[in-house]
Amino acid sequence: MRTLKILLEKEFRQIFRNPAILRLIFIMPIIQLLVLPLAADYEVRDINIAVVDQDHSSYSRKLTDKISASKYFNLVVYTNSYNEAIREVEKDNADVVLQIPSFFEKNLVKEDGAQLFMALNAINGVKANLGGVYLRSIINDFNGEVRLEWMQLPRFNPQPMIKISSINWFNPLLNYQFFMVPGILVILVTMVGAFLAALNIVKEKEIGTIEQINVTPIRKHQFILGKLIPFWVLGLVILSIGLLLARIFYGIIPEGSFLTVYLFAVVYLLAVLGLGLLISTYTETQQQAMLISFFVMMVFILLGGLYTSIDSMPMWAQIFTKFNPVTYFIEVMRMVVLKGSSLYDIRHHLLIVTGFGIFLNTWAVINYKKRS
Amino acid sequence: MESAVKAERVYKNFQSGKTEIEALNNISFEVERGELFGLIGPDGAGKTTLFRILTTLMIANKGNAWVDGFEVVSQYKEIRKRVGYMPGRFSLYQDLSVEENISFFATLFGTTLEENYEFVKDIYVQIEPFKKRRAGALSGGMKQKLALSCALIHRPSVLFLDEPTTGVDAVSRQEFWDLLKSLQHQGITIVVSTPYMDEANLCDRVALMQNGKIMDIDTPKGITQKFPKPLWAIIAADMYKLMHDLRSDERVDTCYPFGQYHHITFTELNQEIQSIEKTLVEKGHADLSIQKIEPTIEDCFMELMNK
Repeated sequence: MRTLKILLEKEFRQIFRNPAILRLIFIMPIIQLLVLPLAADYEVRDINIAVVDQDHSSYSRKLTDKISASKYFNLVVYTNSYNEAIREVEKDNADVVLQIPSFFEKNLVKEDGAQLFMALNAINGVKANLGGVYLRSIINDFNGEVRLEWMQLPRFNPQPMIKISSINWFNPLLNYQFFMVPGILVILVTMVGAFLAALNIVKEKEIGTIEQINVTPIRKHQFILGKLIPFWVLGLVILSIGLLLARIFYGIIPEGSFLTVYLFAVVYLLAVLGLGLLISTYTETQQQAMLISFFVMMVFILLGGLYTSIDSMPMWAQIFTKFNPVTYFIEVMRMVVLKGSSLYDIRHHLLIVTGFGIFLNTWAVINYKKRS
Repeated sequence: MESAVKAERVYKNFQSGKTEIEALNNISFEVERGELFGLIGPDGAGKTTLFRILTTLMIANKGNAWVDGFEVVSQYKEIRKRVGYMPGRFSLYQDLSVEENISFFATLFGTTLEENYEFVKDIYVQIEPFKKRRAGALSGGMKQKLALSCALIHRPSVLFLDEPTTGVDAVSRQEFWDLLKSLQHQGITIVVSTPYMDEANLCDRVALMQNGKIMDIDTPKGITQKFPKPLWAIIAADMYKLMHDLRSDERVDTCYPFGQYHHITFTELNQEIQSIEKTLVEKGHADLSIQKIEPTIEDCFMELMNK
């Protein structure tokens, strides 16, 4: 016990004397939580549209007005040459081209039908897709207005129609930040837990202090505990700072209980600390540990369901996310924070992450050798 | 009573890519209790590897070793309790203070500074004025003393020092050896490695190592006495030309530069020195002086290397 106590004492002293780690612990969450959620936004706005008006009628102008009045579109070019509009797309000034052919109004009135042409810049796939959908719905809307103007709708629809109205549960305003902040917080906790711990242990190898420790009668489990506990505590501190920031700046107050979040975090941190320990047993220098950490982190973030929905991934990637502990914590965070899930609801997640913890730590401990 | 350190046909190799490096080849030696034993050899001779095996940090491929009567592989736990090891590279926590480092290592060994204060006093008093200073901010000599204090804090029975004086100035080196002598008087067995041949004379016995092999083990005196031939020191105005002329002379066996002199031996045991002198003067060497000298450890090392 006395040995463990002095190990912890030493570790905390070193952490508090290292300005880089302190900055990392306190400034990283602030920046990541305050800046990233604002930048990482799914909603596509400010789609630049070029309108090729070859009709110059009141209807074509009405449609153009309707489009530019929407908050999604910026009218950047209004011209009567399709080639000119396409040139703007090539210069990346416009994302969407809408061509209103000549006789648009005439055809609409006389022939009860007219055609429009839409060209999308698909370099940014998401933008093109959503832009097309938005534009289509604006045109549909316009269509309805025109019809109203020209014919009296019968009192009852001649064909049965289904009208849909929807409500967004758990995040009624579809506030993107409510969705992102808990996820980013998970990434933060993971980084501290896994990678600071790995770097710390490898540092001892690199500067040779581990040699001096290894010749003492210190037991393997004491050394490992002495390394894990400080970062376990740090991880929980980061989580607390993060939850506090989320509350102050985004007004995110978990629907569920803090106890559930912390209980899961405690177990989750054990799993990622095991990962950190494992990385440290396979690396000799901080540089190696850093590079591996980068790689693992990338996989974790991209296949963890933080930015991209897991359900839309291909099957193999979905299977892969099952082996990613980050996935579970992000899910749990969103469940507890947004939905108010209880411990009972997250029992499977808890069980799986416990499994990760046992597996990773056992592997790491077996691989950790005091001598070569 | 059994010896403090015993190695029997220890063999260790490293795999580096496709080539195999023999770090230690058939090393056997014994260190008596209370002895100050030196491992002398250039960089890459295998001294550190041998230390790492004896301090249970590494396992030998073949052979066996005992420290303080305990076998290094099966009884490593016992050994870790009773040896002190000071690696060649400063391996204490630079961001902890002197005091914190000492109490940290004392606790790991289950003791305290107070308990063993008398034991480490001689060394610790020299760094005590700086006890609040971080180890990283100490001078080289001070770091060395701190490392020694940490290695001694648990009253080890055997102390392993890996190149403790490398990179330390001449005065601190002398002080350091004085400290080792006083530790020896307290009954500790000390095994020390050094690349400096002049330090060999300060040891009770030395082992000369080269390329993973022990070339000879004896007292420093015993080693110099084994030097097979008379040895001469020669000096002249143009030392470079002198070496060239001597080495091309068939009567000369070896010629090595040693400080301001060249040390030479002759093929014939009773080589007449006048004839050599005469040849050299004929070749235009000025200020020529030759005198017979006692061989040093370094001469012996060179001699053994050429065997």
